[in-house]
Amino acid sequence: MRALVVFLVPVWLLAQPALFAQPAKDTCVECHTAMDGDLQKPALLIKGDVHTASGLSCADCHGGDRLIDDPSVAMSKAKGFIGKPARTAIPQLCAKCHSSPDYMRRYKPQQRVDQFELYKTSIHGKRLAAGDETVATCIDCHSVHDIRAVKDNQSPVYPLRLPDTCGRCHADAAKMAKYKIPTNQLAEYKTSVHWAALSKRSDLSAPNCASCHGNHGAKPPEVESVSAVCGNCHVLFAQMYEKSVHQPIFSAASGGGGCIVCHSNHGIHQPSVAMLAGDKAVCSGCHEVGSAGAKAAGDMAGLLNGLDTALTRSESTLTQADKYGMEVSEAQVKLLDGKEDLVKARLMMHSFRIEDMRKPIDAGMGVAAETLRAGQAALHDKDVRRIGLAVSVFFISITVVAIWLLLRRQESDGSGYIEAQASQMTKE
Amino acid sequence: MLTTTLAWLNDRLGLEGIREVAAHKTVPVHSATRWYYFGGITLFLFGIQVVTGLLLMFYYRPTVAEAFDSVRFIMTRVEFGWLIRSIHSWSANLMIFMAFVHMFSVVFTHAYRSPRELTWGSGIALLGLLLGFGFSGYLLPWNQISYFATKVGADVAGSAPIVGPAIARVLRGGEDVGAATLTRFFALHVMFLPMLTVALIAFHVILVQKNGMSTPPWLSAANVRQMKFFPNFFLREAMVWYIALAVLGALAAIFPWELGEKADPFASAPKGIRPEWYFLAQFYTLKLLPSHVWFMEGELLGILGFGLVAAAWALLPVWGVNKAGEARIRLVSGAGIFLVAYLAVFTYLGYVK
Amino acid sequence: MATKDCDGQCEGCQHTEDRRTVLSWIIGGGIFASMASFLYPVVRFLNPPQITEVAVNEVSGGKTQDLKPNTGKIIKFGNKPALLVRVSDTEWKAFSAVCTHLNCTVQYRDSTSQIWCACHNGTYDLNGRVVSGPPPNPLEEYAVNVRGDDVVISRKA
Repeated sequence: MRALVVFLVPVWLLAQPALFAQPAKDTCVECHTAMDGDLQKPALLIKGDVHTASGLSCADCHGGDRLIDDPSVAMSKAKGFIGKPARTAIPQLCAKCHSSPDYMRRYKPQQRVDQFELYKTSIHGKRLAAGDETVATCIDCHSVHDIRAVKDNQSPVYPLRLPDTCGRCHADAAKMAKYKIPTNQLAEYKTSVHWAALSKRSDLSAPNCASCHGNHGAKPPEVESVSAVCGNCHVLFAQMYEKSVHQPIFSAASGGGGCIVCHSNHGIHQPSVAMLAGDKAVCSGCHEVGSAGAKAAGDMAGLLNGLDTALTRSESTLTQADKYGMEVSEAQVKLLDGKEDLVKARLMMHSFRIEDMRKPIDAGMGVAAETLRAGQAALHDKDVRRIGLAVSVFFISITVVAIWLLLRRQESDGSGYIEAQASQMTKE
Repeated sequence: MLTTTLAWLNDRLGLEGIREVAAHKTVPVHSATRWYYFGGITLFLFGIQVVTGLLLMFYYRPTVAEAFDSVRFIMTRVEFGWLIRSIHSWSANLMIFMAFVHMFSVVFTHAYRSPRELTWGSGIALLGLLLGFGFSGYLLPWNQISYFATKVGADVAGSAPIVGPAIARVLRGGEDVGAATLTRFFALHVMFLPMLTVALIAFHVILVQKNGMSTPPWLSAANVRQMKFFPNFFLREAMVWYIALAVLGALAAIFPWELGEKADPFASAPKGIRPEWYFLAQFYTLKLLPSHVWFMEGELLGILGFGLVAAAWALLPVWGVNKAGEARIRLVSGAGIFLVAYLAVFTYLGYVK
Repeated sequence: MATKDCDGQCEGCQHTEDRRTVLSWIIGGGIFASMASFLYPVVRFLNPPQITEVAVNEVSGGKTQDLKPNTGKIIKFGNKPALLVRVSDTEWKAFSAVCTHLNCTVQYRDSTSQIWCACHNGTYDLNGRVVSGPPPNPLEEYAVNVRGDDVVISRKA
């Protein structure tokens, strides 16, 4: 009797799937992998999916039962199978889990659960709700079946890849024709400093489309709020601008616009003094030649140019001294302070009051003067060294020539030499 | 006044003997006489190294934290520090170059023959010591180039068969080039090598005085005119040394030795890192060798090759003469030309590639 | 040398006293002058310069009275700026003031007791760690020691 119990207990235990669960059966993937074409593709892609890693599978989205081999049962309505969902139904389908705090808490407690709510406020969401199937849904940006985490650099919404993902539609003239939206944003963005920071310097903090437009609630920022968006990173510039005369003027004229009036929105390039004065100037777009504004712009450009020129001059003098082998590393480091002053001056310019620029300009000019002096002193030292060398070489030459003359005279009569036959000290 | 002092010293030190030798020392006069200067130039430059090196030691600090900054201090803050340091660096290179010229002049005038075999042997050893000075001194400024060049050099040394890894460990003072290496190289450079070198130089120079200046084998010693060393050759040598001094000063003032950037062990090696020119031929040869030759690693074969060539070269007095003791002029001169050509070409290639 | 041979007593001496003397003087003078031009730099070299410190491992942060609690100031540490922060009466902190994003100089913000970079709004806490914004790495921290009423900033071992 005891032997029977001892035998039966392990058998009973083994039968408890919860305790000794074999690897979860997934008939969806099993069958579909053996198919071909469009029916096979998802089963192959799903291996790289972030949901698979959490133990989820096809049935968790499409319904059905992954444990049943018979397809007519596994993919039956009774088992909740919904097949390929309609495009207009996709966001709700994803939201089934992704908007449920209780569900998401099981896998990623910190994950947001408001994406669907945000999406509903977006242009994409509103149009989809109205029946337009061509707008973006979750799977257009995040891909489907091989969905990866945003941090995964192969995800279509990874910061470096996101602009091209948006561009798949927004840079396509055919697709955008019926909405009458321009399609040059991506091309312009790719000429910008932000894209350069992202793509060339791998600075993931640089803004891409979603940084300014939002991702799920994507919509162009209201024109008044643009400078607030820019001001997220460019804090001081935005503060300067907000206090300046331009803020209320732009706000009244075109409903805001802030920074983009001068700096553009997508094709933001490295700003320079050329924006203030000259034939490519932005200021002259409103301020006529000879007006007070034009004069102010010209003066500001003059100050900035003056400091820039002075710093460049110091830098080249120091580089020249460096090339001669003079040690000027300390002055070269000090020059960096001057460059910082130039940056500060450019910042102060955004208050559009020239008095505000004076302090950093003066500080910068001081540094430029100091470093220029250091460079010139180094060049002077180089000359002193060469003069010292010339003096030394002169004395050496005199000595050498004198010795040579002495030798010539001494040996003119053959003295100092022992002729061949008389030599006794040499050995073979 | 001078005579009285000399007489006083002579009574106590027996200087007469030296005077006798000095008065009778002669130098053969022939077409190759100019090559007799090069030993003296090498010695003179070594003297410069000792003096400038000693001066540099007043300010140099041999620790990883301070080495680079102390050299920068010498170059910028110490009066004439730039001069002393640049002369030291330039003279180091010139000295090694002159040592090679001196060695090859001995080869081509066949002065290694009996009774000068030991002079040759000590000379080869001295050349090795000078290269050791170059290698150890190069690291001391602790800049990017010297740090990584030392790493490469120690790795090459470590690939020698059997003893290689042990040698590399002892050189580096550990598994990597670091603070321990700097300390060791400093000890080598300012104490160990100088002591050995001075002793060997004394040996070498005394032998030269004892055996006199060698006459090339195509001349008969008895038939060659001799120049008195004092004052004639000595005055000439004084001119040459003075001119060398002027050249050093000019190099230091017009082409100052660079400081570079402080070594950063975590950065990747600068592109195209290579050792100093006197190791460049061997370095380039190793680069050229295929990774495997027969069953041996190419680099290993290269190092063995260098070792064999060095040993054979040291034994030149053995195979460079025939049974009668006469120089095998064509063989040795041929070998010499080949070696010069190899060194010149491969050093050049090492630079441009 | 030549003078020793002759001593004015030998017969058949050919040399002219004057020319020999002039040449000897020139050689002597040349040697002396050139030696002087070698020795002068050596002597000046051995004379220690005003500032004897070779590398900056330690820098003065001023007096304790100079900085109130919850304020910071920028100090030169070697070639780079450093930020000294007096957190409270007794606690001091110091960091490299070079922002790890694009090398702007950071500043102390007493309103939030955090370190802030004006260029792109990067924020660090009082351990040098990044709180928000683009900086990818924390700020290097330096050691601060108060000796009497002197504040000394040094590199951490």
